[in-house]
Amino acid sequence: MSAAVLAAADPATRGVSVTPLIVVIVLFVLVGLMGFYAARWRGGGKEGLHSLDEWGLGGRNFGSWITWFLLGGDLYTAYTFVAVPAAMWATGAVSGFFAVPYTIVLYPIVFLLMSRLWSVSHRHGFVTTADFVGGRYGSRPLSLAIALTGIVATMPYIALQLVGIKAVLTVLGVGSSGNWFLNDLPLIIAFVVLAAYTYTSGLRAPAMIAVVKDVLIYLAVIVAIIYLPAKLGGWDHIFGAAEAKMGAVNAATGKPAGVFIPGANSYSAYWTLALGSAMALFMYPHSITGVLATKSRNTIRKNAAVLPLYSLMLGFLALLGYVAIAAGTKPTELDGKTINPQLVVPQLFLDHFPGWFAGVALAAIAVGALVPAAIMSIAAANLFTRNIYRDFFVPNATPQQEAKVSKLISLVVKLGALIFVIAMDQSAAINMQLLGGIWILQTFPAIVAGLYTRWFHRWALFVGWAAGIIYGTVAAYNVVNPVTHAHFGGAVAAIPGTTITMYIAIVAFAVNAVVAVLLTLLFRALKVPGGRDITKDSDYGADEADPTVRQLTEKGEGVTA
Amino acid sequence: MSTLSNTHDTPTRGPAKPLPYIISGVLLAIAVVVPLVVPIYSHAEPHLGGIPFFYWYQMLWVPIDAALIGICYVLMTREDRRRRDVLKRPAGRGSRADNADDGGEGR
Repeated sequence: MSAAVLAAADPATRGVSVTPLIVVIVLFVLVGLMGFYAARWRGGGKEGLHSLDEWGLGGRNFGSWITWFLLGGDLYTAYTFVAVPAAMWATGAVSGFFAVPYTIVLYPIVFLLMSRLWSVSHRHGFVTTADFVGGRYGSRPLSLAIALTGIVATMPYIALQLVGIKAVLTVLGVGSSGNWFLNDLPLIIAFVVLAAYTYTSGLRAPAMIAVVKDVLIYLAVIVAIIYLPAKLGGWDHIFGAAEAKMGAVNAATGKPAGVFIPGANSYSAYWTLALGSAMALFMYPHSITGVLATKSRNTIRKNAAVLPLYSLMLGFLALLGYVAIAAGTKPTELDGKTINPQLVVPQLFLDHFPGWFAGVALAAIAVGALVPAAIMSIAAANLFTRNIYRDFFVPNATPQQEAKVSKLISLVVKLGALIFVIAMDQSAAINMQLLGGIWILQTFPAIVAGLYTRWFHRWALFVGWAAGIIYGTVAAYNVVNPVTHAHFGGAVAAIPGTTITMYIAIVAFAVNAVVAVLLTLLFRALKVPGGRDITKDSDYGADEADPTVRQLTEKGEGVTA
Repeated sequence: MSTLSNTHDTPTRGPAKPLPYIISGVLLAIAVVVPLVVPIYSHAEPHLGGIPFFYWYQMLWVPIDAALIGICYVLMTREDRRRRDVLKRPAGRGSRADNADDGGEGR
C-alpha cells in the first residue's frame, strides 16, 4: 500500500479513493477463495483433476445455466467493458457501437456451427479445434498452424484483460508513476492469485466466479443506465452532447473527431467490422473451451438463444461512453494530466456514485478480467499440450501427463502476458490484439468448412491460411495513425485498388478462401494425397448418449492404433 | 483400425426431413443479414425516448435475434429427437442403410 500513500501525498497526482478500494479488495478476496474452493465443485474432489477433460474442460458436463454464466463471463471480457465505451467516448459509432451488431449476428453463427463441433469432439475426445482439424484432414502442419494461430492470438487478449484491471487500479489511485515495481505490484498480486487458483481448479474456477462477475456487472449497468440519464438531463441531452463532440473538427487532422451516425462512406467498414468480429470470436480457443465443456449437443444451441441478453447489456455499456461525454468525465492517468480514454467508464462510476457502489462496479470490471484471463490461459495451454507436446514430442502421453503439462503451461502463458503488459507499451498489447483478430479469422475456412465437407484439400487450406495471415499483417501495418504516425493505426483499410474501406480481417479472409478453393481444384487435379479422415458422417450428429470412439474401441478388440 | 471404423459406422440418427432445416436456415439467414444492412438504420429519426433511431433500432434486434434463434432451437431439438427415435424402433424400413445419417443439416 506504500504506493497508494505516495500517490496521495503528492498534490499534483490522484489521491486514493479509500471506500471503493476497500470494497474492491473485499470482493477480490472473496472471489479468490471461491477460485480455490471450485476444485472440489461438481465431483472434482473425488479423484482430483488428472486429465484435460477434468482440469481443462471442467468435466465436460456443464449444463445450460452454468454455460450461460461461463460463456457470458468468457466472451464479454473486461476489455470489452472498458474499450467499447472508451471508443464511443473518443470516436463514436463506427469504432464503438459496431460491437452491438457484432454480438447480435454472432449467435446465429454459433447456433449453426457449434453443435456439430461439439458432436464430433464428443465422439473423438477432441479438446481443441486443432485436434479436430488434425483428425479431419490427417495433416500435422495444418493442425499446428491452427494451434499456433490460437496461442499467438490469445496471448495479447490475456494481456488486455490486465489493461482492464489496470484501468480500475488507476482510477482508484493505486500505483505510483515513479517506481515501476510499486506501480505494478497490485497487478502482480492479482495475477499471482489468478494463476494459483487456475492451476489448482482449472475451468471450474472461472465457471464459478463467472456467476459473481455477471451478477455484479448486471447490477452496475442496470443502476447506471436508469440513474445517470435522469441525473444528467435525459437521453436527449446525452445524445446532443455526443453529436456535438463527434461533429467538432479535430485541429490535428482537419477531420471531425468521430462518427455519430455512419454516412454512406463508412457503411462497409461498419458491417464488415461486425461480421468479421462475429465470425472470428468462436475461432478463439477460449470460446471453444466454453463450448466443449458443455454436457450435450444442444446445450450450446439453447445458449445461443439466451446469451444475447449480454449483448443488450453491452449496448447499454457502450452508451455509457456517451453518458460520460455529457457528464464531462475526465479520464486522467495518475499524473492528473494525461488523458486515457480507457479510464472513462471506471471514472464515470467513481464520479457519480457513492463510494461503496462505485467499488461494486469497479470490482465487477476487475473480476470481469479474471474470468476470461483464466479461460484463455487454460485454452492456450490445452492447445500447446495436445497439438505441440503430444503431437510432436510425446505421442503416447497419458491423460495425467497432459493435465500436468497443461497446468504448467497455463502459468507460463499468464506470466508471458504479465511481462507483455509491464515491459511493453500498452499500445503494443492493443496492436497485437488487433492483429490477433485478423489472424484468428484465417483459421475459419479450415475449421468451419471441415465441419460440413471434406472437399477442401489440406494443403490448399494451409496455403490459404498463410496467404490470409500475410495479407492481413501487411495491410494492418500499412494503416498509419494520422496524429501519431504510428503503424497498426486501425483495423479498417481500403480494398487494394478501390476506395471501399473494410475490416482488414474480412478482406484477408476472402483472399484466404479464394486461394483455398483454387488450390483445392489444382491439387485434386494433380492427385496430391489428401490425408486420412478419422471422422465419420455419423459423428457430426452424435449426442451425449452416443458412445465415444474410445468406448467403441474398448468394447471391440481394444485399441489398435 | 478396422474395429474402430466398423463400430463407429453405426448411424447416430435416422434420415432428416428437409422442412425444419429449411425454415431454420431462412430464420438464421435473416438473423445474420438484416442487422448488417446499415442503410436501413443509418439515420437519427424517429427518436425513441430521446435515443436516435440508429441506436435503438440496433438494440431492438437483440431480442428479435434471440426470438428467431429460440424458434430454431425448438425446431431443431424436435427434429433431432425424431431422428433418434426412428433408429430406436426395431427393424425400421431400411433406415439403418447407408443413407441413414448424413450428419445432419447443411447438405
